[in-house]
Amino acid sequence: MAQSGSPQVSADGTRKHPDGSTRRDFLYLATTAFGATGAALTGWAFIDSMNPSADVLALASTEVNLAAVQPGMAITVTWRGKPVFVRNRTPEEIAKAKEDDTASLPDPQPDAKRVQRPEWLVLLGVCTHLGCVPLGQKPTDSRGDYGGWFCPCHGSHYDTSGRIRRGPAPLNLAVPPYAFTNDKTIKIG
Amino acid sequence: MAKYDYVPSPFRSNPIVKWVDHRLPIFELIDEQLIKYPAPRNLNYMWNFGSLAGICLVIMIVSGIFLAMNYQASTLHAFDSVERIMRDVNYGWLIRYIHMNGASMFFIVVYIHIIRGFYYGSYKAPREILWWLGIVIFLLMMATAFMGYVLPWGQMSFWGATVITNLFSAIPIVGESIVTWLWGGFSVDNPTLNRFFALHYLMPFVIVGVVLLHLWALHVHGSNNPLGIDAKGPQDKVPFHPYYTVKDAFGLGVFLIVFAYFVFFNPYMLGHPDNWIPANPLVTPPHIVPEWYFLPFYAILRAVPDKLGGVLLMFGSIAILFLLPWLDTSRVRSAKFRPAFRAFFWLFIAVCLVLGWAGGQPAEGPALLIGRIATILYFAHFLVFLPLLGWFEKPLPLPSSIAEPVLGGGKMAAAAAMEKA
Repeated sequence: MAQSGSPQVSADGTRKHPDGSTRRDFLYLATTAFGATGAALTGWAFIDSMNPSADVLALASTEVNLAAVQPGMAITVTWRGKPVFVRNRTPEEIAKAKEDDTASLPDPQPDAKRVQRPEWLVLLGVCTHLGCVPLGQKPTDSRGDYGGWFCPCHGSHYDTSGRIRRGPAPLNLAVPPYAFTNDKTIKIG
Repeated sequence: MAKYDYVPSPFRSNPIVKWVDHRLPIFELIDEQLIKYPAPRNLNYMWNFGSLAGICLVIMIVSGIFLAMNYQASTLHAFDSVERIMRDVNYGWLIRYIHMNGASMFFIVVYIHIIRGFYYGSYKAPREILWWLGIVIFLLMMATAFMGYVLPWGQMSFWGATVITNLFSAIPIVGESIVTWLWGGFSVDNPTLNRFFALHYLMPFVIVGVVLLHLWALHVHGSNNPLGIDAKGPQDKVPFHPYYTVKDAFGLGVFLIVFAYFVFFNPYMLGHPDNWIPANPLVTPPHIVPEWYFLPFYAILRAVPDKLGGVLLMFGSIAILFLLPWLDTSRVRSAKFRPAFRAFFWLFIAVCLVLGWAGGQPAEGPALLIGRIATILYFAHFLVFLPLLGWFEKPLPLPSSIAEPVLGGGKMAAAAAMEKA
């Protein structure tokens, strides 16, 4: 067998490296790798076409005017096709939420971390269990045992800070990204 | 030398492969039909176009499914949804350019595939049904392409749909009722667009079915070859893999370069600017032309100054292909050994190109006259030249085997192979 690193030419004219590989092996692997890379890159274009398109992303923020929402009232707005709960909390509700900061919570989080201004609670109105919309926005709705929201699908109870207190949901109602553009307007997203 | 041997491929002895094959012989099928499948050793690059057509079909189906995810088949939204694909959907422009130009590529490839069959006599016994199935695929392709062109709902879409569906009004007595039925109303409108979308999605899968029959028929007697003579023995054949898998892969690379040129550098070269104008049922564009691949047939339609006659002749120009195996009376398949046929073959190609040119011109003046002459020559090729050539032409002597011109004698090759073994 070969003693050096240079290719050896065998009787039938094939050039072989000492490890037994041939030029043809190299070409075969290089061609396959080239083809596979091209196929993968093209495949990515097709997969990415199913991601949110530019017009969908352009609708990814919503402005909400809060001027008409009195203490104790709640409104539901749509953001990215999902309901967002905006509640103008009463002083009692705020006090209850702060008091429960030290209660036993499945997903512990102090009320102060869930609001930018104590009276305005902004939540994604999607139950963290399996995605139903909890009740509690209308005065006639059941608000559950903790005065916040109650999900009718599988019985999750949320408190006045939107925190999960009882039921199958694992997490608190999520707080979407939002900012006060002035005292009476927020921009969600 | 690559003497063909019938030993199963090594992967067939893998225990998992054996286990599966005992229950569903799918690996056996792949091995028999794609790997050790015996193919004539002398196939030239014209034989690449069958597999290329299959790849085109796959490209069209995949890109089409992704377009359908964003397309809206409604007269109110169709045009805008296509614009949304072009501007807003991630890589939507790429997918649509692939689909648009893919249709043209598919037709180019299939036309070359058909012309290959003409030149080398691939339609002759025992491959008549294989040939018929190919024509059926071609007809289905035409219907699919036509309905696909309607979907963007531009001016050419709308008026193309109106003109083509009106072809059926030429049928005596029931014509008008058939057209109303095709439209689902009294003009091309929302119901028409909806059903065209449904059928445009369905037809490619029907084509896949007929393609499988086409391949089945092909694999009964195997590929024809440039010499047009039957293989005499193992020395005339090579296993499909790696010989033709590699040859097909190389051809695919070249094809994709051409395809990519259109997709990335000239995506509208084969389209018509009038399709940028949203469909308007009240205004017909001054000059209606179909996509380039329909132009020869369009020229035949317009060559006849009679409604029913034009429609019949246009459909007849394809229907006549079904009879080709019997209209060509020569026993010799390949044009290589038919000098007189070869001249008429090139005349026929020229006639088809002239028809394509005439179909793109306004239907008046010299273009109309030239179109009429070309139409007569088109039919004369099948009805006069081909039947007579078989009687009057003296073919050149045929080689005794496929291996002979390659190896200087089939016997010598066989002997050489035996010596080695």
